[in-house]
Amino acid sequence: MTTFRIKRFNPEKQADPYWEDIEYDIPPGATLLDCLNDIKWTRDGTLSYRMSCRSAICGSCGMKANGHALLACQRQAEHLLKDGRDTITIEPMGNMPVIKDLVVDMGEFWEKVNQVKPYLKEKEKPPEKERRQSPEQFKLIDDASTCIMCGCCYSDCNTLEVDKNFLGPAALAKAQRFVQDSRDEGTGERVRELSEAGGIWDCTHCAECVERCPKPAQPMYRIKEIMSVALEEGVTNNNGARHALSFVKSIKHSGRLNENTLPVESMGYFNIKGLMELVPVGLRMLLKGKIPPIIHKNIDDVEDVRRIFRELGE
Amino acid sequence: MIKHDVLIVGAGLAGMRAAIECCDGLNVGLLTKVYPSRSHSGAAQGGIAAALGNSEEDTWEEHMFDTVKGGDYLNDQDAVEEYVKAAPNVIYQLEHFGCVFSRTPDGRIAQRSFGGHSKPRACFSADRTGHAILHALHEQLMKRGDQVRIYNEWYLHFLIVQEDRCHGVVVSNIQTGEVEIIQAKSVVFATGGYGRVFKITTNAFAGTADGAIAAFNAGIPLEDPEFVQFHPSGLYRQGILFSEAARGEGGYLLNGKEERFMEAYAPARMELAPRDIVARAEQSEIDAGRGWKGEGCIALDLRHLGEARIMERLPQIRQLGIDFIGVDCIKEPLPIQPSAHYSMGGIPADMHGQVVMDSRNTPLQGFFAAGECACISVHGANRLGTNSLLDATVFGERAGRSAAEYARSVGFGQINEGHEKARVLKQIEEIFQRPGTENYNDIRNEMKDTMMEKCGVFRDDEKLTDCLQQVRTLQARYKKGRITDKGKIFNSELYEIIELGNMLKMAEIITAGALNRKESRGGHYRTDFPKRDDESFLHHTLIAQDGEELKLDKKPVIITKYPPKERTY
Ligand SMILES: Cc1cc2nc3c(=O)[nH]c(=O)nc-3n(C[C@H](O)[C@H](O)[C@H](O)COP(=O)(O)OP(=O)(O)OC[C@H]3O[C@@H](n4cnc5c(N)ncnc54)[C@H](O)[C@@H]3O)c2cc1C
Ligand code: SF4
Ligand code: SF4
Ligand code: FES
Repeated sequence: MTTFRIKRFNPEKQADPYWEDIEYDIPPGATLLDCLNDIKWTRDGTLSYRMSCRSAICGSCGMKANGHALLACQRQAEHLLKDGRDTITIEPMGNMPVIKDLVVDMGEFWEKVNQVKPYLKEKEKPPEKERRQSPEQFKLIDDASTCIMCGCCYSDCNTLEVDKNFLGPAALAKAQRFVQDSRDEGTGERVRELSEAGGIWDCTHCAECVERCPKPAQPMYRIKEIMSVALEEGVTNNNGARHALSFVKSIKHSGRLNENTLPVESMGYFNIKGLMELVPVGLRMLLKGKIPPIIHKNIDDVEDVRRIFRELGE
Repeated sequence: MIKHDVLIVGAGLAGMRAAIECCDGLNVGLLTKVYPSRSHSGAAQGGIAAALGNSEEDTWEEHMFDTVKGGDYLNDQDAVEEYVKAAPNVIYQLEHFGCVFSRTPDGRIAQRSFGGHSKPRACFSADRTGHAILHALHEQLMKRGDQVRIYNEWYLHFLIVQEDRCHGVVVSNIQTGEVEIIQAKSVVFATGGYGRVFKITTNAFAGTADGAIAAFNAGIPLEDPEFVQFHPSGLYRQGILFSEAARGEGGYLLNGKEERFMEAYAPARMELAPRDIVARAEQSEIDAGRGWKGEGCIALDLRHLGEARIMERLPQIRQLGIDFIGVDCIKEPLPIQPSAHYSMGGIPADMHGQVVMDSRNTPLQGFFAAGECACISVHGANRLGTNSLLDATVFGERAGRSAAEYARSVGFGQINEGHEKARVLKQIEEIFQRPGTENYNDIRNEMKDTMMEKCGVFRDDEKLTDCLQQVRTLQARYKKGRITDKGKIFNSELYEIIELGNMLKMAEIITAGALNRKESRGGHYRTDFPKRDDESFLHHTLIAQDGEELKLDKKPVIITKYPPKERTY
């Protein structure tokens, strides 16, 4: 018997969310979505969530299980019970307002996708037949175009937790799809816009989105690709303050910098001015692959670091 | 009351393509019960057909012949001709819209072979063609955001028809529960298929016949509902699709005795025989008790291909097996079974998307349909793979154009707002007030089981008569069901109940069509009438409501270039 701890919320009934425990026997081979459907159809019809394709392609069923966003239809429920657990916690995705139970309002998510102008900018009329694009050029946009707009990355993005203006991983992955599309003629314009506040340089490279993404879209890598293009296009963006800010955010969130830890450490974690000077160098090194991206996990005493920040008044 | 010049219901390939076509100067609304990018068109893997001739010389005539032969000569050939001729430009236009396509070494759109097509004419985007097109169209609508208002997560309840003209729709907002009237000069339906009527289906949960039944309830007959395609490789018990590519790469089909049973059914083509033949062979083995491991499934065995090849060519399929049933096809065969896949029938429309109301093709002014919910009939009795994304795109565009033209030529009519709104409020209130002695989940499961067993791959008079009886009993039980959620906000239980009502009606209509058609043709197979019978049945079926009963009518098939011949492969 497994306990499904589900975060319930229905504003028509009660102003605050609450946890409900449901005891349920997972049938062999059942996905998390299968379990939720069975619970809804045989026990509690009021349980609400989105779903449609049940084959990981429509992007409807994003939710958090055991604290991390995933597609309910893509995960065998049993696999959520590793390490001798007997409880699966299920809650709505993060960084988005909740409408009811596991249903979130994705309005802002879509608005940000819209903001990156996700359609070809072209100066000339297309030819009579198809435009040519080599298999190599296709490969550059292949991964980004697998995105199913599920919002799992957006839900768990660290930067978004502290900065609602950040465009977020999905919109930026979508942007890469056009920045690097050989058929698009607005590259320079795009990377300049994407370098403004809330854009690519605000990503802290925490790689959370890479871990959450159910598809090869993997936003952080796409963001890095846009950065490379931006540098090539001469958009070096020297607004160091913003870079430093993202570094600071990273520390605040996870207690550690995930890139060029060494120079940062030698400079001292709280030497903000020094950090600011370091940033562009660090980024360039990172982009050239000199420093392997470190997938950083929250370190144990992250609360301490956060506390220090609070005490320093940011 | 909301007003639009053109209102489109459904935001899959057909609906979005239609919306793009109407933008020019008109005030357009696009309504969908799921976000556009969540429409089931996105699940299409294989490709979209067009005789581009990018990898081998090809002509529209060959595409047309393959389509007509595949459809067992029930296709309307004038429409097929228009459709295959339009195909190449439609694909080029998708490319110009920014759709991502896999490419040939010299940069043209790559094309591959697909069952039933004599030439490699499936344009594709890796193994997610539908997804690529769906997102490209959605992006084009974002670009036209000031011209098209998208109603995300709104539900269509009824069509408003008065004096032989359509005036709009009655809808509700799923997120808030509010009921609204949308008045429109033209309405386009692009609501997709209804595979969910069957127990095992490749269709999404949203594929519930809402559009077809809304049209039917407004007095429009449904055409050829008995023709449902079963795909040979849906995942056992679930129906999640394993693309034909698995067999194309050399996968075997094995029965419980580990025999490659296709030897007995199609020795020349083996696993690569046409879909309907393979599906029937599988079902025969299962019915004879020779299922894999004694169960109601067949094994799709890829082990002999080896890990390297599976990883290179079929990674998606392997991942599906692992994610959805925990089976790794490198080590174990995948259990599969025939699964309801595509609805050839639907709302009768001509090749301009204009909906017609009878065998004389009388138009219903201001009402258009395209995509899987429509029956134009380019697919006849059986659709070829990759032909339906094309159908949705070509006729989506045409329906959009016709709707725009009509909207420009007329003013708004008069509708009785209070009366129309009350219909939905009553519908919902009635569901809330039901005695609650029956369980909707049981009713849904019984409908799906019954349809699968009695109106599935193999049909006969006895099974179908019984099926019709059972579906009617379920309809009566449905009126006594129990709802637990009576709230307004995101009441998905309520919508599932309304959808179940639509499906029960659709099930009845499919069965009635199947019972009446005493022959075997394409996707419809009667064990008591195993031959095609052109003398008595070379016509379309039309089914309408007549009081308590269903009324069946015939509509002639349009044959231009290719007179019926025996269909052998
Ligand atoms: C798994 C799978 C694979 C396939 N692969 C291929 C392939 O490779 N090639 C090919 O050609 N075909 C393929 N097909 C078939 C093809 O995908 C569909 O026939 C086609 O995409 C249908 O498009 P559509 O626009 O008509 O409907 P859909 O894409 O299904 O869209 C229906 C729309 O209607 C809306 N809707 C429905 N009811 C309501 C309501 N009550 N209120 C409001 N909105 C409503 C939905 O929200 C949705 O937006 C495949 C089908 C499946 C199931
Ligand atoms: S890598 Fe960047 S975009 Fe991705 S989750 Fe971290 S901060 Fe967000
Ligand atoms: S990038 Fe990945 S996680 Fe984010 S929306 Fe797209 S598919 Fe989902
Ligand atoms: S239901 Fe479509 S992605 Fe899960």
